[in-house]
Amino acid sequence: MRYSGLKVITEGLFGNTGWRPAWRNPAPKAEYDAIIIGGGGHGLSTAYYLAKNHGLTNIAVLEKGYLGGGNVGRNTTIVRANYFLPGNSEFYSHSLKLWEGLEADLNYNVMHSQRGLINLFHSDGQRDAFARRGNAMINQGDDAELLDRDGVRKLLPYLDFEQTRFPIYGGLLHRRGGTARHDAVAWGYARAADQRGVDLIQNCEVTGIDIENGVVRGVQTTRGAIRAKKVGIVVAGRSSQVAAMAGLRLPIESHILQAFVTEGLKPVIDHVISFGMGHFYISQSDKGGLVFGGDLDFYASYAARGNLPMVEHVMEAGMTLMPMIGRAKVLRSWGGIMDMTPDGSPVIDRTHVEGLYLDCGWNYGGFKAVPASGFCMAHLMATDQPHEVVRAFRLDRFATGHLLDEEGTGSQHNLH
Amino acid sequence: MRLTCPLCGPRDRREFYYYGADDYLRRPDPQAPLQAWDEYLHNRDNPAGVTRDLWYHESGCAQWLAVTRNTVTHDIMKVELVAAKGGGK
Ligand SMILES: Cc1cc2nc3c(=O)[nH]c(=O)nc-3n(C[C@H](O)[C@H](O)[C@H](O)COP(=O)(O)OP(=O)(O)OC[C@H]3O[C@@H](n4cnc5c(N)ncnc54)[C@H](O)[C@@H]3O)c2cc1C
Ligand SMILES: [Zn+2]
Repeated sequence: MRYSGLKVITEGLFGNTGWRPAWRNPAPKAEYDAIIIGGGGHGLSTAYYLAKNHGLTNIAVLEKGYLGGGNVGRNTTIVRANYFLPGNSEFYSHSLKLWEGLEADLNYNVMHSQRGLINLFHSDGQRDAFARRGNAMINQGDDAELLDRDGVRKLLPYLDFEQTRFPIYGGLLHRRGGTARHDAVAWGYARAADQRGVDLIQNCEVTGIDIENGVVRGVQTTRGAIRAKKVGIVVAGRSSQVAAMAGLRLPIESHILQAFVTEGLKPVIDHVISFGMGHFYISQSDKGGLVFGGDLDFYASYAARGNLPMVEHVMEAGMTLMPMIGRAKVLRSWGGIMDMTPDGSPVIDRTHVEGLYLDCGWNYGGFKAVPASGFCMAHLMATDQPHEVVRAFRLDRFATGHLLDEEGTGSQHNLH
Repeated sequence: MRLTCPLCGPRDRREFYYYGADDYLRRPDPQAPLQAWDEYLHNRDNPAGVTRDLWYHESGCAQWLAVTRNTVTHDIMKVELVAAKGGGK
């Protein structure tokens, strides 16, 4: 079924009885050409592009819970391409271009909203660093504008510009940055993959990976063994455990990142604002809730809920930057499990097992990467060659010293 | 989450700086092969369950602590002084 404005109107007129489930609910087959472990954003987009770009349709996505129940539905929805390092820069640029055509491509409203993202700076040194980043973005073919204090004031008049701790000097505006409805991204990819024949299998946890003589043969699951010639591990926060089933020890430590949302308010914040000095970022959802977050909880955790010190820290930072939000009531907070690498960058690569591929290490920045990650993982699984924009995302880069440390904070997982 | 420092008693998590898995206590020999250094610096078991990691009592006694805890429940099982274990060279 194709979605369209006309369809919405006719269904409205006739009692909404014509809608069909967005995807099938098939039982697992005994064998597939390829299996993707993990029905998050990256797993679903990998399956979609395998089918669309490489004609591989005898494939399955195996998800231990329900589709989109992981971090793809827990993030703060920011989409941007303001990376600096060669290796990262071309990848996120590629991803943003895919975002811009995504709704037409998937025939699904993911509410991608290029409302503009502003990174604030608070010192001369920071201004220089952001000017340099902006130049790198422009060289990459993306957009960036350096705003002075008055330029920021025009767009964000409600910030506290005079605060003594971090007075606002200006901001780097990335107009094509913004947000997208996170669940809809998972649903849109799921539906589009299903329409191309991909089996999306929920409540199916992978418990083992079958390997014979260094070649992958399939997986063990809670719904029985499934054979496959190619297997992709795309499980975000659970990467270490699933990779261990294939004898791999990864450069990953799992950490919790919390997020918060307030009651619905009238439109007040038009942009995505990032306040690096206070470790705080905020935007307003289309439903009206202020969506904001801060830093990791800073110690390895799988609890999918956070601890109070970070809650307090985030609220303090928010109040420092925009005292007006003190009147808003926080409705919900939650945590997601992040697969942190020691340089803050991801991995899309083959493993030492033939036919076994890895897509992980997205840290707290993997939502914006969903389209390009799937695009490139599909390319890798189909052709056994890395796509040109992910050549730097190698698993052995730590051993060889080719780190992609965007923040320049060193080789400790929780610092990124 | 609260940690019970062997010297200072039970303290708020905010007094401590987290460093990472206790792999950091097993620093390879300078001449060790590259792979040993890669394991030491980057690769982790990263268990969902009981782990051992290093914390520094920054706003307390300034001791390094080896903490045994559960990463799923946040239960703290044991806190030991790294110095007392002869680690942390
Ligand atoms: C609070 C928060 C805010 C964030 N904000 C942003 C942001 O603003 N912008 C941004 O770009 N990124 C952000 N991120 C990061 C982003 O959400 C993640 O990097 C990204 O979602 C991870 O990829 P995924 O969507 O595939 O993960 P997930 O949705 O977690 O998918 C992994 C799936 O694998 C499944 N799985 C695990 N083990 C198994 C198994 N053994 N068998 C079968 N299935 C299994 C899980 O159930 C899960 O559904 C944020 C994250 C959090 C938590
Ligand atoms: Zn102490």
